[in-house]
Amino acid sequence: MTPLVQVKSVSQKFGAMCALDDVSLDIAPRSYTVLLGPSGSGKTTLLSILGGFLVPTTGQVLIEGQDCTGMPPAKRPTTTVFQDYALFPHMTVGANVGFGLRMRGVASSERDKRAQEVLKLVGLPEAFGKKPHQLSGGQRQRVALARALVVEPSVLLLDEPLGALDLKLRRQMQEELKAIQKRVGTAFVHVTHDQEEAMALADHCVVMSNGRIEDEGPAERVYSKPASRFSATFMGESTIFSGRVIGSGEIETVFGRWQLATDVKPGSEIVLALRPEHVVIDQKQLLPLGEGRVSDVVFQGSFKRVTASLVKDESLMLLARLPADAVVQTGDMVHFACDPKHVLVLTR
Amino acid sequence: MTQSANARGGAVPWVAVGPALLWTLAFFAAPFIAMALVSVTVKGGGFSLANYQQFFTDPSYYRALFNSLEVTAIVTVISILLAYPFAWILAEQIPERWQRLALILAILPFWTSYVVRSYSWLLVLAEKGVVNNTLVQLGLIAEPIQLANTRFATVTGFVHFFVMLLTLTIFANLKQLSPSYRKAAADLGAGPVRTFLHIILPLTLPGIMVGAFLTFVLATGDYITPQILGGNNELLMPQLIMLQIGRRGDFPLASALSILLMLVVTVAYLACARWLKIERA
Amino acid sequence: MRSAIRLATIIYAVLIYGFIFLPVVTLVLFSFQATSFPIPPFSGPSLRWYQAVLGDARLTSALLNSLAVAVISSAVATLLGFLAAWGFARFRLPASALMRGLITLPLTVSYLIIGMGLLVLFNSIGFPKSLTAAGIGHVVINLPLCFAILYSQMGEHQANIERAARDLGAKEWQVLTLVTAPMLWPALFASFFLSMTFSWDEFVISFLLTRFDTTLPVEIWNLLRSGLNPKTNAVGSLVFLVSIAFVLLFELVFFRKSRS
Repeated sequence: MTPLVQVKSVSQKFGAMCALDDVSLDIAPRSYTVLLGPSGSGKTTLLSILGGFLVPTTGQVLIEGQDCTGMPPAKRPTTTVFQDYALFPHMTVGANVGFGLRMRGVASSERDKRAQEVLKLVGLPEAFGKKPHQLSGGQRQRVALARALVVEPSVLLLDEPLGALDLKLRRQMQEELKAIQKRVGTAFVHVTHDQEEAMALADHCVVMSNGRIEDEGPAERVYSKPASRFSATFMGESTIFSGRVIGSGEIETVFGRWQLATDVKPGSEIVLALRPEHVVIDQKQLLPLGEGRVSDVVFQGSFKRVTASLVKDESLMLLARLPADAVVQTGDMVHFACDPKHVLVLTR
Repeated sequence: MTQSANARGGAVPWVAVGPALLWTLAFFAAPFIAMALVSVTVKGGGFSLANYQQFFTDPSYYRALFNSLEVTAIVTVISILLAYPFAWILAEQIPERWQRLALILAILPFWTSYVVRSYSWLLVLAEKGVVNNTLVQLGLIAEPIQLANTRFATVTGFVHFFVMLLTLTIFANLKQLSPSYRKAAADLGAGPVRTFLHIILPLTLPGIMVGAFLTFVLATGDYITPQILGGNNELLMPQLIMLQIGRRGDFPLASALSILLMLVVTVAYLACARWLKIERA
Repeated sequence: MRSAIRLATIIYAVLIYGFIFLPVVTLVLFSFQATSFPIPPFSGPSLRWYQAVLGDARLTSALLNSLAVAVISSAVATLLGFLAAWGFARFRLPASALMRGLITLPLTVSYLIIGMGLLVLFNSIGFPKSLTAAGIGHVVINLPLCFAILYSQMGEHQANIERAARDLGAKEWQVLTLVTAPMLWPALFASFFLSMTFSWDEFVISFLLTRFDTTLPVEIWNLLRSGLNPKTNAVGSLVFLVSIAFVLLFELVFFRKSRS
């Protein structure tokens, strides 16, 4: 399958600051891509470049095989849903949604008909005659989505679209966004700093940091086999510690020598990451982490989130997700262990 | 989307800002340059600094600038003294929901034309006008006293306008003050007088300064008020300038006087700007 | 003690209000004078001076001139100010601060000096004294004001809304007319209205730059040469009435807007 969007070695400099550093990315048709990263990671800059609001310092952007690098927003087959929705405050919802069609010279009756259809698609058929200020945040967000979708773009760009909503509404809108995307079949590119949102939505998850792509791929793969230390800590939580490969399948750590299947060549310095749900207690047959003093226990309903400092290396704060019925209290000394098949070996 | 101002736009921004820029250059900057050039000539002759020389050597000329500055100083001080308590009453003593009405009432008389306002004061201060008539009727004076065509009349006309202006700026400033300042001061043991001197007054100084600066610019440049109310007994700078134009058609001298007046205002502006910045820091 | 302060407060407020209202009350009262001098004792009420004003072709044409100059010069000032504010707010231009400073500079220069400058310039290039010349001067004094008001209203949120319009295919002129201007309608109206009042009231520039056809303040000035005259009172009262009608209109339009 040829990619719908190809970003080729794009860099963006603002004065001395490098917001994007040689980024390349392919986006498949009909896919839901999420750009995930902390603020300042370059994700919004990349979205602006895709939307045509910024011309990159170097590099190329191809959409549907056509070079769009310097093409203004209106000319390219993309539309953007803005973080603050950017609805036209003086127009009705119907006029807002119909605006793009009006600019394309579509007659008023046809415009209204299609605007009405898209409003139905986003679940707001009754809002047609209202003004934006009469709507709630979630409803405005749907209008913004409808306005961008009505012109049938090849790629829909969403800039932190759920950022202004409260948590519950955000989770609900996530599901709807995903459902709408599947229904219309347009490729969505969605920027967020919320890793749960990314995991819930992404077919293709792109983790960014410091103007570079740290990791990309299906959300499940990025979570279970992160490519870097950054992505292991940003996409979910991890306990990170260092090690050295001393022979094939043997790694030296503060906890002793571990037998782990790895193809990293002997002599390399590596980083090991442990997901909290893979840490267990009182199971001596697994890889031992030694004793640790529990410094915090937070009951989360279905599990207990435990923090502990290990005797072998007191600077290391171990994160563990233990069963809800585990008997641990702050101050307890507990034997921790982990399953070798879940230890993540990272080279960067 | 934090990078708001993108380089993209090409000719569009220049088409947008061009007309205003050209207008300002053609009808503000160019006239000023023309005036500066004309000011260093003499009527019907070539280059000469005679106009400036005349201003600095002829007492009847530089006297006008002193008169202007004196009148402005008197007006500013009286206006602040009258306006401050009034603004305080409006902001603190009148219930919140009446404040808007009280302010509108205080501004209402200023919606007459500016020429008419000075004329109205002439009616009030004329030899047989309202004030003299009342005073004679009350038996306080035997004969009408001369009020019109004096510096007193000019100052009255100016004060009338600037009390309104200063009331607005000081009122705005008082309203911005958080009531907790006063409570904090009282809590720490300051009485009303010390609260005023150490807390309220310093915090409303910016409002006073803005008003005083506006007073300065507007009063030094105003022709109508001194001409109608003060008459020709004592000339202020704008009257002197208009005299060169009207009676003698002496554009070079009028230009030189205008430039001198503007320099004085600019110096005051720079002094004020610096002072306000220090206040803020 | 407390009630003494209260009393002093009331007396002071009444005195200041008295001072503020004394001239305008005198003006309006003696506009109804029946005899020929607007000084006590009051001999009215009579409408003869109002009839005299309305029958005076010079005054009525000056009033129309004033309105025309005010409307046209305010429209030009608002349009130029709007375009410039948009240009500076939305695009990165070289020496932007300097150019913005230049556009707002006339705010700190007195009308007399602006009028003098234009008089000298027009005189040297042979541009005749006229209502057009006065209108040009009025745009010079009002443009910085309109620019400052509108520039302060151009926020980042609106920039995003304009971006959305552009993204959906609007050309620059469509962005301006369909999105930016309607969004900034209150600020545009305020700019236009303020310019109107300043132009309507402006004397010295019109005085210096017009000759035969002139504006109302200049015509009132000409009336003053005949000394105290109830006819001047009547014109003044009429101007007062028109101005208050303007203000009421402004309040109504704005209140309705802010409520909806």
